[in-house]
Parts: sequence; structure tokens; C-alpha cells
Amino acid sequence: MKFLEEYRDPQLAEQYLNRLHSVTTGEWVIMEFCGGQTHSLVKNGLIDLLPAGVTMVHGPGCPVCVTPLSMIDAAIRLAEEKGVILCSFGDMLRVPGSSQNLLEAKAKGAAVRFFYSPMEAVELARKHPDREVVFFAVGFETTAPANALSVLYAKRLGLKNYSLLTSHVLVPPAISAIVEDEEACVDGFLGAGNVCSVMGLKEYEQLIDRYNKPLVVTGFEPVDLLQGILMTVTQLERGESKLENQYSRVVPYEGNPEAQAAVYEVFERCDREWRGIGVLPGSGLQVTEEYAGFDAIRKFGLTFRYVAEPSACMAGEILKGTKKPVDCPHFGTTCTPENPLGAPMVSSEGACAAYYHFRAICSADSHPIRTF
Amino acid sequence: MCLAIPGRIKRIDRSDPFLKRAHVAFGTLMKEVCLDMTPLARVGDYVLVHAGVAINVVNEEEAMRTFLYLEEYGGLEDLLPERDQT
Repeated sequence: MKFLEEYRDPQLAEQYLNRLHSVTTGEWVIMEFCGGQTHSLVKNGLIDLLPAGVTMVHGPGCPVCVTPLSMIDAAIRLAEEKGVILCSFGDMLRVPGSSQNLLEAKAKGAAVRFFYSPMEAVELARKHPDREVVFFAVGFETTAPANALSVLYAKRLGLKNYSLLTSHVLVPPAISAIVEDEEACVDGFLGAGNVCSVMGLKEYEQLIDRYNKPLVVTGFEPVDLLQGILMTVTQLERGESKLENQYSRVVPYEGNPEAQAAVYEVFERCDREWRGIGVLPGSGLQVTEEYAGFDAIRKFGLTFRYVAEPSACMAGEILKGTKKPVDCPHFGTTCTPENPLGAPMVSSEGACAAYYHFRAICSADSHPIRTF
Repeated sequence: MCLAIPGRIKRIDRSDPFLKRAHVAFGTLMKEVCLDMTPLARVGDYVLVHAGVAINVVNEEEAMRTFLYLEEYGGLEDLLPERDQT
């Protein structure tokens, strides 16, 4: 257990906290981008330990939360009307569509399967050459290599009955949108270490050049997060805006070149709708023309109509960091993980679900968001 | 879906000419993982796996630390067979 203790080391955590309290003189709003980081911050009660001048806001880094309603409806339609076997990551099963979720569609008889890896869906297509198999390819840069590889593998196998329903999203364009938003209040960012381990740091250097906001690529352990916050605040106090890598033990500067090659072999950048936020330019991946035979959207002639969120849900403001879950009048009353009004309450990595599950630890309303 | 799960390569399987596979131990659970994106990975190495594809080779200390963290966090459920998730 010594490994665990090192990164839970209360003394090390205390050292970082003490330094954080001593360096903080201004008022800073820092966004952790990734839902896994949000979960760790809230679960471990770190938010309450930070100096009063440091406010954490929670970014849109939960792919389940930002997959648009229209895409979930399309996935359900494929399974119900087109006779395909619709496969997806297990995280998607309870995300509400307009009228039902994938699990409910499955219970009514639609062919819906949940897999850990898209490669399992390719195997299914191989075993059932008479059936169309579609993998619902959601996620950030972390799942894009696996989804791309599934297409490359299906092509090598000569399969004609495998395709992707692609709703991939990318981190850097979302950071741009958050900074450029007229209500933006974020001074610095914790970058998602897992995403950078795939894509590398180059694109983040461009963000720093453009926006002059510090960004520290950070891991997920409590001590990682405290160190990342300390590095960000130290930059802010010094008036600096640099790219730093707290998670260098996992994230090399160049990322994983083989993974990037696979991603850009199969996918190209496109505009993408983010649930609760809207369309962000260049923020998604779609299947290229060359791989059109593996694109469920082209193959089944799918069209997407914008579907409005339930008006009661303030997911967009939560996901952009301008509101906290506890600011919502429905939080924990008419919106719970069992009966969610919106996606951030569904996924375990959604900010609302994290606050709901761990609110006994984290009295989140002690740090209201700075307003202008 | 998002967080990588660390596992140790037990055996590399080259029987499929189209995909480099390995049997990888995640604690007591054995799963098949693709090694196409970590061409230097060897038996005994620890890899961080995203959605069934190894993305990084990491040292034992990092792997153990992350695994124990995910175990506590509930981040290993993705590995469970389909029937156990629903």
C-alpha cells in the first residue's frame, strides 16, 4: 500500500495546502476541465480546504454530459427502427434522450449492447455478418484512438457491416469557447492529464499564446490536484501565463504519436454541438470521406434536429463554469441521479452528480462564484 | 470511459495478423487489450488502457497507484462484463 500512501500522503497534501495559503493574495477562479478531476476534488473534500481567494469551477469535461440529445435520440432510432445492433460504452446507458434512454429502449426490445471497448463491437460484427453493428462513438481524445482503431481493424477484416455513430468532442476548442464566452470568469485551467497523454501538449501552447491564461496539465489524485492548483495560483500571483506539466510522469510532450496517427487517419475535425452549451466550431471529430463506409451517419442517412433541453436545467451554465450545481433550484430536489433533469446529474463524472453524492463532505456553497 | 485503467501484460498474442493483442491483468481480472499504439510494450510491462487500447507504458509504481485509486473511486466498473453493468 505504500504507493497509495505516497499520493494520499497527508503531510505532502498539507505542505501543498500551506504553500497555497501563503502564496494566495488575490482572488482567482480556476477551472478543472475533466470530470474525473471534478469527482476527485469533490469526493475528497479538497474544495473546502483551499484558500478563500481560490475558487474552483468545473468544466465540461464529461463526454456523457455533453453528448447532444439529438445524438442520443438518433442512437435509439437506429436500434429501434433500422434494425441495427447499437453498441456503446456503459456510461451512456442512463443518459436521458428526448423521451427515453438507451437502457429503456433495450428493455423494450431494441438491440442495444454495452461494451468496454469498441473492439468488442467489431468482434460482434464479425460474428453476425447478416446484421449491421453500430458503435456509438462518444468521448474526448482519450477514447478517439480506440474508436479509430476499431474502424481500421474492421477495414482490415473486410467488414461491411460495422460503422460508428460519431459524437466525439475535443478539449482545446472548448477551452477557447470558455475563455471567449462573454460571462467568462476563469483565470487559469487545470488541463486533463489523460487527454494530454494521447494528444500531447502542442495545441495547449497555442492556447496560452492566444489567451495568456496559465494552464497546468494535472493528474487525478488528491495530491496531484493540490499541486496543480498550487502551480496555477503561483503563476497567477506572479502575473505569468505558462503551460506547465504537473503530470509529466504520464504525459510526454508529444503525447502518443501512434494514437494521433490512427485518430487523424479515420477522423477529421468538425463543428460539434455540446449538450447545454451549443455548437462550438472545430470542436468535434467526424469520420472522413475516405472511411464513409464506416460512418453510420452517411450509411443510414441520419439527420439531426436540434432538440432543446428541459428549460429547468441550467447544464450550460454549470458546464461553462458560470454557475455551480448548488446554485440550481432543482439540485437535489426535483433533479437527482434517479430522476435527472439534465446530463450533469446522470454521469458519475458530471459536476451535479459529484456534488449530490458527496455534498456531505463538500459544503460547496461556501465558495460562491465571483461575479462581475 | 475516460480514465485510463492500468494493467500488466501477461501474454502477447500475435495470432491475428490484423491486430496486436495482449492478455492484460487488471488486478484479478484478465482482459484482452490491443497493443497497436504501444509498439514497444513487452510482457511484464504495465500499460494504461483506454477503452481496450493501451496508450501508455508506465512504471509499476504509477500503475499500482492509479489502480488502487480507481478501485476506491469506482473507476474499474468499465471492465465488468455487460450483464453486470445493467
